[in-house]
Amino acid sequence: MLYREAGQFKSSYAADQQIFPIRQDRIAVGALLIAAFVVVPLIANQYWFSAILTPLLILALATLGLNILTGYAGQLSLGTAAFMAIGAFMTYNFELRIPGMPILVSFALAGLCAAAVGIVFGLPSLRIKGFYLAVATLACQFFVLWALQRFGWFSNHSSSGVITAQKVVILGYAFESAASKYLLTLTIVSVMALAAKNLARSETGRAFMAVRDMDIAAEVIGIPMMKTKLLAFAISSFYCGVAGALYAFCYLGTVEPEAFNLDLSFRVLFMVIIGGVGSVLGSFLGATFITLLPIFLNVLFGAISHLSGFQIPHAWLSNIELIIFGALIVFFLIVEPHGLARLWQIAKEKLRLWPFPH
Amino acid sequence: MGFFFEVFVGGLLAGVMYSLVALGFVLIYKASGVFNFAQGAMVFFAALTFVSLVERGVNFWLALVITLAVMVVLGIAIEKVVLRPLINQPPITLFMATIGLTFVLEGLSQLVWGSQPHGLELGIPDVPMEWLSQSTGVNISQFDVFAAVVAGVMVATLALFFQYTRIGRALRAVADDHQAALAVGIPLKNIWAIVWTVAGFVALVAGLMWGARNGVQYALTFIALKALPVLLIGGFESVPGAILGGLIIGATEKLAEVYIGPYFGGGIESWFAYVVALLFLLVRPEGLFGEKRIERV
Repeated sequence: MLYREAGQFKSSYAADQQIFPIRQDRIAVGALLIAAFVVVPLIANQYWFSAILTPLLILALATLGLNILTGYAGQLSLGTAAFMAIGAFMTYNFELRIPGMPILVSFALAGLCAAAVGIVFGLPSLRIKGFYLAVATLACQFFVLWALQRFGWFSNHSSSGVITAQKVVILGYAFESAASKYLLTLTIVSVMALAAKNLARSETGRAFMAVRDMDIAAEVIGIPMMKTKLLAFAISSFYCGVAGALYAFCYLGTVEPEAFNLDLSFRVLFMVIIGGVGSVLGSFLGATFITLLPIFLNVLFGAISHLSGFQIPHAWLSNIELIIFGALIVFFLIVEPHGLARLWQIAKEKLRLWPFPH
Repeated sequence: MGFFFEVFVGGLLAGVMYSLVALGFVLIYKASGVFNFAQGAMVFFAALTFVSLVERGVNFWLALVITLAVMVVLGIAIEKVVLRPLINQPPITLFMATIGLTFVLEGLSQLVWGSQPHGLELGIPDVPMEWLSQSTGVNISQFDVFAAVVAGVMVATLALFFQYTRIGRALRAVADDHQAALAVGIPLKNIWAIVWTVAGFVALVAGLMWGARNGVQYALTFIALKALPVLLIGGFESVPGAILGGLIIGATEKLAEVYIGPYFGGGIESWFAYVVALLFLLVRPEGLFGEKRIERV
């Protein structure tokens, strides 16, 4: 009833091929965008902007990047954080070394640098696959972090490789308040999500999926393996690089290479799996879930100790949170291995008939 | 030349320590196709449990038995709670589940035993063997040799166990093909519980060795990352591969640290092993002894 496509006839190719062919989807996406661009800035406060919403969007962008590689092209990678680090440090260097460099151009160039490194570390994917590849991408993770710490050039010879992001200025307007940074992030993320959504249904996206489902069969039907796999690595790394740049410039401000450690890679991978492999929507859902979970647990424990009057020692607290986080992930994988995006699909099936199932 | 030899042998012996950890990965991957990222956490968990028991005045051997019992219970619990509901899921899902398990184990062990580092004394001092130093001038640590012997004994035992016992044959059958094994009446869940228990035992031994070496502390969980290149070289399914891979990684890593490291300003050990493994993979994509997969459309 609520979500019924019956009666929506498509009478032209353009109507058939639009991104959201169902009217309800268009309305929902439009409403969501209006909410994110207009309503949220009106009601959210400083804490929400700088501690929750901005990192959430940035991590969603990184998740989207990994999802293109893992979800669409089927290549497992554990080096996401390294590509983010490249994005952050190269943006810093472009801003530092080229006077008057527009920040958006720096973001894009840093993304391209990450893409170049992605291609280099994607080369083994032509020979190896599965977990062998996953472990091989760890090489990228360790090597990049080592290089960023080792060679002072990247951090302008600051001690222990810490960089302080320059001011974000676009056309004379300085993005300084948390709300403006949120809006900038939101704009970039929206545009790139749209691009990803389009990529998934383009020829390239279909080639990715063919490679994912069976690469030998894909090769037989004439999909160039090298080009497709390396392109997947490049696009994915570009997304992660831009996400990393935003991570440094719109979220943290001051970063060291260690901020992009293996933990971050794993967190992004969790977001992909929990959200839904091979789904743009899933990337956002997964990022939301994994970002909000620790905050929720924190609040919950705060409430429990407040109500019961029993002060849980701090050392316990972090360990209990770790246990619950791990257990919830296992639980989620058991209950819904296809991720939150799949739950949404099931909900749509239900809404199609609800409230009159017969 | 003496120095080269010393570095080389030291590297080989350090490699054996990597093999000990890699062995746990191989066992589980071989029998269930699960890439068990929680192996590092299991090593930490076992070592911390053991050392905490000993510090509370429990006899050395009794503590060993108790820890072993704990690892058995843990193995069975993991099979029941995590693996069985996830049968037939894609490997990446199982992999993610073991990362979740890693968090649980790390949190649990530190919650129960506290997070301060412990020292562990096995009674074998980490000093050069005197007779060897005097006769040839080469310094080789007594402890490293002991660890190598332990690892050798363990591999031999496991190899015999896999080859000649009833359970070992069942394990190999399961590794070959889950469904075919089920069809001829091999109880899959028992086999998985046994494999995880054996992996727990291997984790305990690795934990004791590494704990005695570097102290029992949170950093112990990271040795799993050291063991991964070993797997790449040796192949994920091969016990001898884990040993040989460990030796190769250990030796090249130590030699590179001494002879190549200074040109880069040191600190290359965090990634050098991975690069070696990558170069290896370019020649042999499934590792030295990994199963060659024939792919058909």
